[in-house]
Amino acid sequence: MMADKNRVDEPTGTELVGHEWDGIEELNTPLPRWWLWTFYATIAWSAVYVVLYPAWPMVSQATEGVLGWSSRGALADEMTAADMARVSTFERIAATEITKLSADPELMGQAIAGGAAAFKQHCIQCHGAGAAGYEQYGYPNLNDDDWIWGGEIGEIEYTLTHGIRWDGSDETRITYMPAFEGIFDRAQVDALVGHVLSLSGNGSGNAAGAELYAANCAACHQPSGAGDHAQGAPALNDAIWLYGKSEASIRQQILAPRHGVMPGWSDKLDPVTIRMLAAYVHSRGGGEETISDTPAAEPDEPDVAQAEVSGAEGNDRL
Amino acid sequence: MTASDQLQQPGKWADALDKTGVTRADSSGGPTGGPPVDGPLYEKRKSVHNKRIDGPFRRFKWLVMVVTLAIYYVTPWLRWDRGPYAPDQAVLIDLANRRFYMFDIEIWPHEFYFVAGLLIMAGIGLFLVTSAVGRAWCGYACPQTVWTDLFQHVDRFIDGDRNARMRLDKAPWGPSKIARRGGKWGIYLLISLVTGGAWILYFADAPTLFAEFFFGTASPVAYMTVAVLTGTTFWLGGFMREQVCIYMCPWPRIQAAMLDEQSLIVTYKDWRGEQRGSLKKAQKEPEKFGDCIDCRECVAVCPTGIDIREGQQVGCITCALCIDACDRVMKDIGRPRGLIDYATLDQCEAEAAGAPATPAWKALLRPRTFIYFGIWGGIGAAMLFALGTRSHTDLTVSPDRNPAFMLLKDGSVRNAYTLRLRNMEGRPRDMEIALAGLPEGAVLWTDRIGSDAAAPAQTIAVPADETRVVRAYVTVPAGSAADQFSFELTSLDEQREKDTVPTTFAMPGGN
Ligand code: SF4
Ligand code: SF4
Repeated sequence: MMADKNRVDEPTGTELVGHEWDGIEELNTPLPRWWLWTFYATIAWSAVYVVLYPAWPMVSQATEGVLGWSSRGALADEMTAADMARVSTFERIAATEITKLSADPELMGQAIAGGAAAFKQHCIQCHGAGAAGYEQYGYPNLNDDDWIWGGEIGEIEYTLTHGIRWDGSDETRITYMPAFEGIFDRAQVDALVGHVLSLSGNGSGNAAGAELYAANCAACHQPSGAGDHAQGAPALNDAIWLYGKSEASIRQQILAPRHGVMPGWSDKLDPVTIRMLAAYVHSRGGGEETISDTPAAEPDEPDVAQAEVSGAEGNDRL
Repeated sequence: MTASDQLQQPGKWADALDKTGVTRADSSGGPTGGPPVDGPLYEKRKSVHNKRIDGPFRRFKWLVMVVTLAIYYVTPWLRWDRGPYAPDQAVLIDLANRRFYMFDIEIWPHEFYFVAGLLIMAGIGLFLVTSAVGRAWCGYACPQTVWTDLFQHVDRFIDGDRNARMRLDKAPWGPSKIARRGGKWGIYLLISLVTGGAWILYFADAPTLFAEFFFGTASPVAYMTVAVLTGTTFWLGGFMREQVCIYMCPWPRIQAAMLDEQSLIVTYKDWRGEQRGSLKKAQKEPEKFGDCIDCRECVAVCPTGIDIREGQQVGCITCALCIDACDRVMKDIGRPRGLIDYATLDQCEAEAAGAPATPAWKALLRPRTFIYFGIWGGIGAAMLFALGTRSHTDLTVSPDRNPAFMLLKDGSVRNAYTLRLRNMEGRPRDMEIALAGLPEGAVLWTDRIGSDAAAPAQTIAVPADETRVVRAYVTVPAGSAADQFSFELTSLDEQREKDTVPTTFAMPGGN
């Protein structure tokens, strides 16, 4: 082989490497210089890289590299930076009374956008991506103008904070419709269902039903069927039914009412996020104007410092 | 004679190739029968030291160079008043705000087809120029040509003309050569820096960015762009030069495919020039020798260093400097000008056969040129028309899909829409949104205009040069049916521009 090395290929004047297969020989045409140098440079760089950055895979993780860089750390840094960039907006939202939020359209816009993001994370599981709820489960629609506990922005915030029939808060909104199973006979229930439907203009109703209604229901649902936000009594004289407007479903709701539970979010979300959620829900098109400046029950003033801390710890983005 | 006939005459091909100095890969003397080539297959670049020349074409080249460079360097500094809401830079590609300004024209991203149209026009313009005057783009206006020319003038300014430069090239490295080279490359670098620097000024307010650039506060992308463009100008203009045209640029290949016997090229009239020979020999035996005195002036002035007497070749950018050079020689020896001249191959053939010389401009008048001109002008006219008549108002409507409709307490039905109101004027405008085709009692409100102010039409203020996004709610009263309807946008100014967008109203139980 060595002997062959200096043989020269006549036609091209190029040295032969000395490898031969079936009479075909390999010419020694070296790589271009620039290519070679680029190649050496990449080798040199890889040595530097191995020292600076995570490189060798070990059992549980790779070697760390003297720069201490990690993709997880880079992400955390970016998330922190994004949180920091939002802090001033959060502070402003926290410092603005929720009923005054609409006076600052720009801030309101931020709050709605933030609320929309939080809604996708925490609320769509029950209320749906379009906030339209599910009638078959009794998850209420948040787009319409029918509110059981009130559609003013402050009321919404209160509901979000303390929930409905939720064990986690002493101030939760709570009400129970009595079950009339065994109290009314079949004819009475039929009459009552007829009357309830007639409140919203469906059918003409009947005197027996009206009597039963006045005696048993009007205290909460009001004689006209308008309902009462303060007691959490749904309106019966409108086109919207939490569990559907079929006779069967109304009958069931009289005999053995279903009572949905809405969790309060005060233990999971910071007050600013709850406030933003309230702004978003209110903005869906059915929100009611605030009539009194002080909603029925003013939730505690959100604590900014606490908001930041829980904002950093309580999120589950990582 | 066909190509295959020519193939039967290996000698002719081999001669032609040998003259071009191109070495072939078929080193063993393959089917074409050429002699084996000895030495390496790779030819090292020979530096081109083109000689100074003056003449009509050179002067034209100067003019084109001054005009094109002036356009490039000065344009970003031109101001153009567009009122208080838009930048006052005449030509500005505002990537951050996605606007393209060119004097009175403002192009939005959705109108990018105007830019596409300009690029198509540029393409067809090149076809047009090629069919009319051959590779004139290469010879005069191509940036590679212009900057190479500029750098060659720098060479001449620092190192002297052709012979001095060739001598300096061969001279060993010493203090004087180092100083000269350093000075020359310094000037290259300066030109490159100005070139790269001017580029970024097209993308931001020129005076501001210029100041920022020197105070170190411009964005990193600006510095990187300038660095890259400075580097490429320095390398491509200072060192690669004609190699870009010969090896890197696709345009000569495309043009080679577009040229035919009627294309204007720079050509050496061999029937007149051959047999070439020195002036002395030619004077001794005038009947034996042609007009070419083999003084090689044409080769000396050529910026790509080729010999045009070998015939048409990819290295010839048709800059016509060899015409200037040869015309001068012909004048000195008392022969008519035009031994090297702009001509078409057909003209050459006719002339060689004894017909009188045809003026070169006649080559312009042929169907191909007119067709290209027609297409080019047609696209231009269509774009101007579209620009002149385009609307500065636009509305897009996207209905909410989830939920598609919303039943309200009183039985009325509400649909929600996202409206985008586009105001392409450089001033704020009020626009009216109205409902058309919905039943009596249908009303509209938005996220800013509350439901208590709901009405069949609303006025919305749209800021200057912006698209305003509005969330709109439409309600039809209980008991009425609705299906197809339209939003009608009207600008409430003297223009009264309109846009009508049909959309759907979803009802419970519908669809
Ligand atoms: S410049 Fe004219 S005369 Fe001189 S070598 Fe070239 S073609 Fe011949
Ligand atoms: S051959 Fe003549 S026209 Fe062609 S590039 Fe050289 S000087 Fe210019």
